[in-house]
Amino acid sequence: MSSLRNLVDGLRSLVRKEKVCQELDEELDGFLEMAIEEKMKEGMSRQEAGRAVRLERGSFEVAKELVGSTGWESFVETIWQDLRFGLRMFRKNPGFTAVAVLTLALGIGANTAIFTVVNGVLLNPLPYPHPEQMVSLAETLPPYPQFAISYPNFLDWARMNRTFQAMAAYRQNNFNLTGSGEAQRLKATQVSAAFFPLLGVEPVIGRNFSPEEDKPGGEPVVMLSEGLWKSRFGGAPEILQKTLILDGTGYRVIGVVPMDFYFCCENTNFRLGDVYLPVGAWNVPWMHDRGAHPGLFAVGRVKTGVTLEQARAELNTIAQNLSTAYPDSDKNAGIVLAPLKEQMVGNVRPVLLMLLAAVGFVFVICCVNVASLLLARSTARAREFALRAAIGATRGRTIRQLLVESAGLAVAGGALGLLVALWGTRAGLAALPQALPRANDIRLDPHALLFTLTVSVLASLLFGLAPAWQASRADLNEMLKEGERGTGAGGHGMQSAFVAVEMALTVVLLIGAGLMIRSLTRLWSVSPGFDSQNVLTFTVALPASAAKETPNQVRATVDRITDAIAAVPGVTAVAITDGAFPMNGDSDVGFWIEGRPKPSTQREMPNAVNYIVGPDYLKVMGIPLRLGRFLTTQDNLHSPFVAVIDEHFAAQYFPNQNPVGEHLNLAGFDPPLEIVGVVGHANQRGLDENESSPATVQIYEPVAQIPDEYISLLAKAEGFVIRTQAPNHPTTSAIRHAIEANSQQVAYNFAPMEGLVADSVADRRFTMILMSVFAGLALLLASIGIYGVTAYVVGRQTHEIGIRLALGAERRDVLRMVLGKGAKLAFVSVALGLCAALGLTRLMASVLFSVTAHDPLTYVVVAFLLMVVALAACYMPARRAMRVDPMVSLRYE
Amino acid sequence: MVDESSDLVQGTLDMLILKTLALEPMHGYGIAARLEQMSGGTFRINAGSLFVALQRLRRAGLIRSEWKATENSRRAKYYTLTQQGRKRFDVETREWGRQVAAITRILEAS
Repeated sequence: MSSLRNLVDGLRSLVRKEKVCQELDEELDGFLEMAIEEKMKEGMSRQEAGRAVRLERGSFEVAKELVGSTGWESFVETIWQDLRFGLRMFRKNPGFTAVAVLTLALGIGANTAIFTVVNGVLLNPLPYPHPEQMVSLAETLPPYPQFAISYPNFLDWARMNRTFQAMAAYRQNNFNLTGSGEAQRLKATQVSAAFFPLLGVEPVIGRNFSPEEDKPGGEPVVMLSEGLWKSRFGGAPEILQKTLILDGTGYRVIGVVPMDFYFCCENTNFRLGDVYLPVGAWNVPWMHDRGAHPGLFAVGRVKTGVTLEQARAELNTIAQNLSTAYPDSDKNAGIVLAPLKEQMVGNVRPVLLMLLAAVGFVFVICCVNVASLLLARSTARAREFALRAAIGATRGRTIRQLLVESAGLAVAGGALGLLVALWGTRAGLAALPQALPRANDIRLDPHALLFTLTVSVLASLLFGLAPAWQASRADLNEMLKEGERGTGAGGHGMQSAFVAVEMALTVVLLIGAGLMIRSLTRLWSVSPGFDSQNVLTFTVALPASAAKETPNQVRATVDRITDAIAAVPGVTAVAITDGAFPMNGDSDVGFWIEGRPKPSTQREMPNAVNYIVGPDYLKVMGIPLRLGRFLTTQDNLHSPFVAVIDEHFAAQYFPNQNPVGEHLNLAGFDPPLEIVGVVGHANQRGLDENESSPATVQIYEPVAQIPDEYISLLAKAEGFVIRTQAPNHPTTSAIRHAIEANSQQVAYNFAPMEGLVADSVADRRFTMILMSVFAGLALLLASIGIYGVTAYVVGRQTHEIGIRLALGAERRDVLRMVLGKGAKLAFVSVALGLCAALGLTRLMASVLFSVTAHDPLTYVVVAFLLMVVALAACYMPARRAMRVDPMVSLRYE
Repeated sequence: MVDESSDLVQGTLDMLILKTLALEPMHGYGIAARLEQMSGGTFRINAGSLFVALQRLRRAGLIRSEWKATENSRRAKYYTLTQQGRKRFDVETREWGRQVAAITRILEAS
């Protein structure tokens, strides 16, 4: 109650200052009048009475001041005055102000940008109700810690468990949309009926799948993504009555999935679809085969109050029961469950935290730089402070004045920094979208704004306090005596300390960036085993009618397309690819070698990466032939079945032995294949494959020998890879025309091989670029810092230098003296920085590639670089010192 | 003669003002004059101290003010004790009495 009155009253005096003052005047005048009248009654003249009253009651002007300065509002008012005064000071020094505000804007902006990303990716809860209940599910199948789930197993998990509210499986597929306008290749996601309800997704219009539709023989239904609904069907609600023709079958549209639906799961290839279909209705043999793992993963929601451990324990029991019941397929199989958030964020956590630390360093450097600017300025303003002190300003009052000024700088820097952050985040995300999961969730939200505000305030305290302290400590008499020339060496010591901190942090950042650069150059120089230059990949989808053709007709169509592509001018080689493709698609096959014991179950077979390719594949990819021959056009259904293995395969299974002529059995494929050649190893999973995963062995089989029962896979779509004469010759549109001129085929997904290789190191590149930007920024700021402090010291020593020169010192000696001081400072800072880096860079070991965190070359180069930059920064003021005219500098005194 | 309120025991001025206003609503000069009179000329209140104290009491909600005409038909701001102010005055009076008694006992102890 009384605090409210206090507030209202204070506000009133702030807002209606005139009126409140006037009232106080009137009240005091009344007081004076009445007192005078009283005295006059005692017989004094008016003049005498006035004097007597003032003597007794004190000065009325002072009374007015006193009343005006007691409430809280007067505090606000002085702050406002300080601020206005500060602004005037800034306007008088536009250069200083610009440098300080820009430095702060960079620091605060970079921090806000990184924080925005960290906030979006790591800190924000998942956009689903009760995200903590959600887990991702996969199978474990030694040696694979995470493997696709077999659908019969999934159904058993969902049926047998007691700890889950629901489980839902998903996989990706592709369909050709025909019938309404131009044929289109659609990304499809097949999901369980429980999928959308589990994630809390409500359709924009229509409804979700029913359990009946999620079974073999259920009515064929489909849900559209809002994107496809709007782009292809104009967002008309009548879509709900329509039927879509996908791969020649009609599917009734029952709902539209909202645009803001988002889901992603590390290593489980979930992909947002153009269309969604019930996975259980997909009636293909491998959905009913417990030994098949058709790219299926699952997400589950545990019941309220159930811990992850309880759920995990129950699933382990279920997995054991299944192993006992189905030893053929499920022996040693397990279930792996992980909190969904971890899955969605994956392994970027260390990277983002590292970047946050790096950008924090940049922030400290910015603050230190501004602090040393302020310090230099406050020394120059020493006389002003002395004067203030002389007329009664307390020490606290001076500190407050300076803090208000730095807060003003920080707020201006923060506002500008927000713009930097907005622009930076947008540019960063646009440039490198594939490097970060949850990129859609990154936006400048209230958390980030609050962060910026906090950081700005923190900054003003951080860089404002030291100079304010220094200024307020000044000795009044000394200062007024020394006049414009200010204090002794106190400020100089603190400034040197600032610069030392700044440079040491810069060393740490530079070493971090250096290690990333070294990692990336090492990565780039890794040969992937193939030549990615001038290689283009794409996919061709066949019309839905192809599914009804005989196997031989399909083969003929594929040959025709291959010939059409080969005929395009500029194409030097073309090969169809199926199964696995380097850096762009995995496919494994179990095998055993003829003449050696056959593993009793499919599970115990070793696996090899399975490439099913055309005869020119080797030529297109530039993979070297080591032994024997590669696949040829003569390898077809009428000739013996053949395969080619890679050199890792040969080394692992045929050490000191010629594998050519040996035979190989593939799981699910009857006649043994004769090994006819050995080729070089091509990195399947990325440039850093050998570091992150065990070496894989690889098998190549001819497309022409795919048996009839699997040919339907080709009848939908096939991948092609071509070698061109030059980049962009022929153009993708030329190729597309050549293919689509033929019939209803659609060519899409054009991607240069170099791009696929680059994408495999995208996250490291992202880290490297940011670290380099931060380190560059730090270097720039640190060199400004050391330049500033040297210039300042030289300025202060002009007199001393003049005397030295007058006494016969050589100009060279002066140069050496100034440079020597700078070098000493730089040396100490670099040593400090190297020590800090030795400790800190260990934390980034996980993002490095074939470089240790203590790589001597990086350390030496960075130390050298920083010394050179520091000396260069000192050189300018040193030259100025050298040119000091002794007469002028002495006369100046 | 004491003419500086800072020489008054800390916080006593507030209590004395409340006492004055407990008798009847009063303007600033009236309060000063009444205090002087009641103290037999011992307390002469400085205008600055008086008005700072009045503002403080008003903000604490112990008194309220309004412009009224004086008996000499002059305009003056009259201060009145609020309910809360009366309560506070009672409490402070009791407390003061206890403290004075205690101090007196200490001083008179032999």
